[in-house]
Amino acid sequence: MTPGSYIPSEYLPVLIMMIVAFIFGAGIILFGSLVRIRRPYKDKLTPYESGNPPVGEPRERFSVKFYIIAMLFVIFDVEAVFLYPWALVYDKIGLYALVEMMLFIIILLVGYVYAWRKDAFKW
Amino acid sequence: MDFNGFYGFLGCPQNTSLCVQIIIILIKIAVVIAVTMLHVAYATYFERKVIGHMQVRLGPMRVGPHGLLQPIADGVKLFFKEDVIPQAGDKWVFQLAPIIAVFATLSALAVIPIFEGFMIANINVGLLYILAMSSLSAYGIIMAGWSSNSKYAFLGGLRSSAQVISYEIALGLSLVGVMLMSGSLNLYEIVKGQQEYWYGMYLIPQFLGYFIFLVAAFAETNRTPFDLPEAESELVAGYFTEYSGMRFALFFLGEYIAMIVMACVAVICFWGGWTAPPILLKWFPFLAVVPGIVWFFIKVYFHIFLFYWVRATVPRYRYDFLMRLGWKVLIPLALLNIVATSIIKYAF
Repeated sequence: MTPGSYIPSEYLPVLIMMIVAFIFGAGIILFGSLVRIRRPYKDKLTPYESGNPPVGEPRERFSVKFYIIAMLFVIFDVEAVFLYPWALVYDKIGLYALVEMMLFIIILLVGYVYAWRKDAFKW
Repeated sequence: MDFNGFYGFLGCPQNTSLCVQIIIILIKIAVVIAVTMLHVAYATYFERKVIGHMQVRLGPMRVGPHGLLQPIADGVKLFFKEDVIPQAGDKWVFQLAPIIAVFATLSALAVIPIFEGFMIANINVGLLYILAMSSLSAYGIIMAGWSSNSKYAFLGGLRSSAQVISYEIALGLSLVGVMLMSGSLNLYEIVKGQQEYWYGMYLIPQFLGYFIFLVAAFAETNRTPFDLPEAESELVAGYFTEYSGMRFALFFLGEYIAMIVMACVAVICFWGGWTAPPILLKWFPFLAVVPGIVWFFIKVYFHIFLFYWVRATVPRYRYDFLMRLGWKVLIPLALLNIVATSIIKYAF
């Protein structure tokens, strides 16, 4: 097979499904806009704040914890992505795969324990 | 499938086979979407009834006999409601967010085998695709929270995205045990792999993985006891506080379809999908006449009932407990499950 000639044909239904799903979501909104009423006025368009006039900016500074969680997520998700192909070929490779992955998980656990000790998971 | 004439895509008549294939795919998609929509409509009714009876109430009773027409009345009402786009919000992002939410969960349905031979797309990375789509729904949440220009929505969006990405890891890791046992990411082959065992489901060897998956699935779909993003008592409605009418309905739809997807994944990966346990068929041979689709729906509805049952039973978690459970309990347990499964699989 020459490079570039492969057509992942089994993914065509996925592509069609995605297109249909998007059209479905957008279509409901568009079709609804034909029948629903629309009478906006100033007070209706202000953000909801339990009936009081909104105070200050809604997008305030927020806790740095969220950034730490996001960074940890990237690390651990990449780890999970490494585990998938390993799990699929585990039968074929055997002991070598087992030892390799144990080393990988141990190295990762060191980082995990470090994050735990630094209270990164503490809210 | 043979797509030699893929480039002749637009000149459809000279390549009829592809054209017919696309039509078949579209029919399958239409069937799946129609069944899903009907399910979502009556899932809301079913939920209100189940929770009502669990709390010694009757649930909806007014519209039609036993309130059976309630979902239709709700749908029509939402359709005609004014939908308010708040001022000073990011209008484009605000309008896109509910579409993304429903798009991500609906496209995940494409790879789910409902019974022998019926799935829209038989791709070899089906499980990975479902995980990818379920992470995409976090975008809908954070876009809604950001663009609403409201404090409640903003905090709800932040909380929700942190929760979803935290439990995403446990969800992904809990399925590695299933991948180890089946050696495949294809949902069809995962179901077939379970038939090799006399009990016909990975639930028994992978009970730890199943437990982790269930907890993570509850958190991923923002259901009680992990419904902090929409904790009414503190955040009004969380990230969709500012949404109304049909846009609100799309978020609602997204949440219920996500529940179906998670129930389907649980059934396919741990409960043997549309197949009956071989031991059961050996003891009760007459059960073999029950078609696969019935088994599948019984198992899926059990899980959906579980979602409601938990909602009626367990109070809401506190946010620091939620984070602690995700990071300090579920992830180590999932890693332990992977290590134990791989060692046992190597030893035997």
